[in-house]
Amino acid sequence: MALSRLNCFSSRSANLLKTLSSAISLRRPISTDTTPIIVETSVPFTSHQCEAPSRSVETNPKELLTFFRDMALMRRMEIAADSLYKAKLIRGFCHLYDGQEAVAVGMEAAITKKDCIITAYRDHCTFVARGGTLLEVFAELMGRQAGCSRGKGGSMHFYKKDSNFYGGHGIVGAQVPLGCGLAFAQKYSKDENVSFALYGDGAANQGQLFEALNISALWDLPAILVCENNHYGMGTAEWRAAKSPAYYKRGDYVPGLKVDGMDALAVKQACKFAKEHALKNGPIILEMDTYRYHGHSMSDPGSTYRTRDEISGVRQERDPIERIRKLILSHDLATEKDLKDIEKEVRKEVDDAIAQAKLFVDT
Amino acid sequence: MAAIFQGAGAAAALSSSPSNSIDSKKFLFSPRRPYSGMKGASFVVVRSDGRASLDLNPKGRRAQQLIANAVATKAGSSAASSSSKPGHELLLFEALQEGLEEEMERDPCVCVMGEDVGHYGGSYKVTKGLATKFGDLRVLDTPIAENSFTGMGIGAAMTGLRPVVEGMNMGFLLLAFNQISNNCGMLHYTSGGQFTIPIVIRGPGGVGRQLGAEHSQRLESYFQSIPGIQMVACSTPYNAKGLMKAAIRSENPVILFEHVLLYNLKERIPDEEYICNLEEAEMVRPGEHVTILTYSRMRYHVMQAAKTLVNKGYDPEVIDIRSLKPFDLYTIGNSVKKTHRVLIVEECMRTGGIGASLTAAITENFHDYLDAPVMCLSSQDVPTPYAGTLEEWTVVQPAQIVTAVEQLCQ
Repeated sequence: MALSRLNCFSSRSANLLKTLSSAISLRRPISTDTTPIIVETSVPFTSHQCEAPSRSVETNPKELLTFFRDMALMRRMEIAADSLYKAKLIRGFCHLYDGQEAVAVGMEAAITKKDCIITAYRDHCTFVARGGTLLEVFAELMGRQAGCSRGKGGSMHFYKKDSNFYGGHGIVGAQVPLGCGLAFAQKYSKDENVSFALYGDGAANQGQLFEALNISALWDLPAILVCENNHYGMGTAEWRAAKSPAYYKRGDYVPGLKVDGMDALAVKQACKFAKEHALKNGPIILEMDTYRYHGHSMSDPGSTYRTRDEISGVRQERDPIERIRKLILSHDLATEKDLKDIEKEVRKEVDDAIAQAKLFVDT
Repeated sequence: MAAIFQGAGAAAALSSSPSNSIDSKKFLFSPRRPYSGMKGASFVVVRSDGRASLDLNPKGRRAQQLIANAVATKAGSSAASSSSKPGHELLLFEALQEGLEEEMERDPCVCVMGEDVGHYGGSYKVTKGLATKFGDLRVLDTPIAENSFTGMGIGAAMTGLRPVVEGMNMGFLLLAFNQISNNCGMLHYTSGGQFTIPIVIRGPGGVGRQLGAEHSQRLESYFQSIPGIQMVACSTPYNAKGLMKAAIRSENPVILFEHVLLYNLKERIPDEEYICNLEEAEMVRPGEHVTILTYSRMRYHVMQAAKTLVNKGYDPEVIDIRSLKPFDLYTIGNSVKKTHRVLIVEECMRTGGIGASLTAAITENFHDYLDAPVMCLSSQDVPTPYAGTLEEWTVVQPAQIVTAVEQLCQ
């Protein structure tokens, strides 16, 4: 933007002007900049029984920065949870979301807090995206009263009623019928909102999902079923569990969309599209092609059923945070240092929250 | 297709005796041994030709000695039943695996189905190595669909296959409740005896370490009312292997309850083959003052309390009931007649648990022998909290057991 015009000057004065400009901030501060930017998603959408939305997504610097910050926060939070678990401050089951952050963040960007979200046990980041605080997260994980469920739920039971986040469920697939019930209530009260029921590729084979989908389609409920396909149901790869791993097609009569779940902008576009669709035409299925770096839970190394090369390959090529970082840098929205500073900030936030949570008495 | 065979002894006994109200003076189960303090575990062996035999005098067969309870018993008890062979040491989950593997070798109709039982080796390693050895058709990885795969197991059992269905956590089997209740339990009755369902449903349950409310459930209290099923709970490597084998060989649907916290218990078990009687309780510690009835993990809390009690001068008799449905009222009755005081220590909730049923059964059958009302210590009627301190408070602790015995023996 302003800086590129300085290229025609001599390098010395360019450097001088560069330092000058950053001091005076000739650029508009990106934290409030809503100049639209059009970005293309990494891959086009694949659709079933409907027309796919365009792969050109409208965004702006503020949103991109928010994406970066939120995902960095989530990433740091999950890594911190890993350490806390190994330090035996978190016990029992702990399922981490690192790698999948784009789904939570992209979805939130397309909807309001009046729309409902319900998910399974990999819920820490979705909770934060819905407005949950880090303190609530860590206090809950460590069994303190300050936790979002007062220490009584644990990792798999995060809820936030005032933001319409319905949890947080330990039994695979059981949350999908619940999610369709949420959609029914929305239709009943005619409030023009939608419900997102998230589940994994493992839960995609649950009968109750199809039962619930059938009723939702019959009653034209504004239910959006989102399959977070990280390709492994604990230790079982999707091709060994599903005769048809094309989860977006499994709705049969229900339309579906396959989305690159590692691309926050693609997720946002898909969720926006789905919300419009659900309000007019009833249920739709979104399949988010995503990946988890950790094993299924802290007790699963995650390496007996997949190779380390695969994991590091995805991290190198498809990492959601790296994608947004590259986008920000290539559009000159911030410098590398700015982004590193954000990451440092976020790290401090997480550490502070943990320290604060530890002060609370064990419930 | 394998012929459906009836284990005459066990089946006859089951069909002729109503569950929990046998006359203690009549011996209705064939493998009765006189209560004399002998610790041998005699057992009914159902052979592949369908004949049941009481295995006390093996002739023309591989000698099977009476195997002692490997759990420590009171000094001075009969030594006649100790095994001469040293045996081998293993952990409880390995004992389960050994039992399962032996039965799969012995009978090609035995197969395993469940989530992550095959390639992953089982979430608690009970089925480790079995998929490599027996192949994908005998060790089946299912999708996460308890309702449907339990139903399929039951259907297969109707034709004579002997599936062992694993619930990764017993709590997940609530999703298959309809299948377990209506099909597994009742088909034998509703088909007029045409079908038997030789299925084993097994998995870990009970309160673990901060696993949260949904993963700390005690399914034995929910399932106990289902007519037609049998329930056993293992607590040591010895009885884990023995009960696994017996359950697989049984013609009846058996639910085998394991406990999340007991999988790493180590014990020396015999090298030679053995099974445990499904309907028999285990005498853990003979005594005179009070009968303490328990099962699964609470056995260890009771034994810890027993140490304290012995120091205080009490002599508790500890029985691991093992058979949750039907109750071994013979062993229990004999104990009540001796001590006249009963304390039940269980992990089920106060309401509607195994303890509640056992209290009723004992009161009904042995009322005249009781000097005090039956006391029952159970978990509290709450969802199990995540926080460790809260979780501890909901489960019976050794100190409470000591207090209860003191109260009972006043």
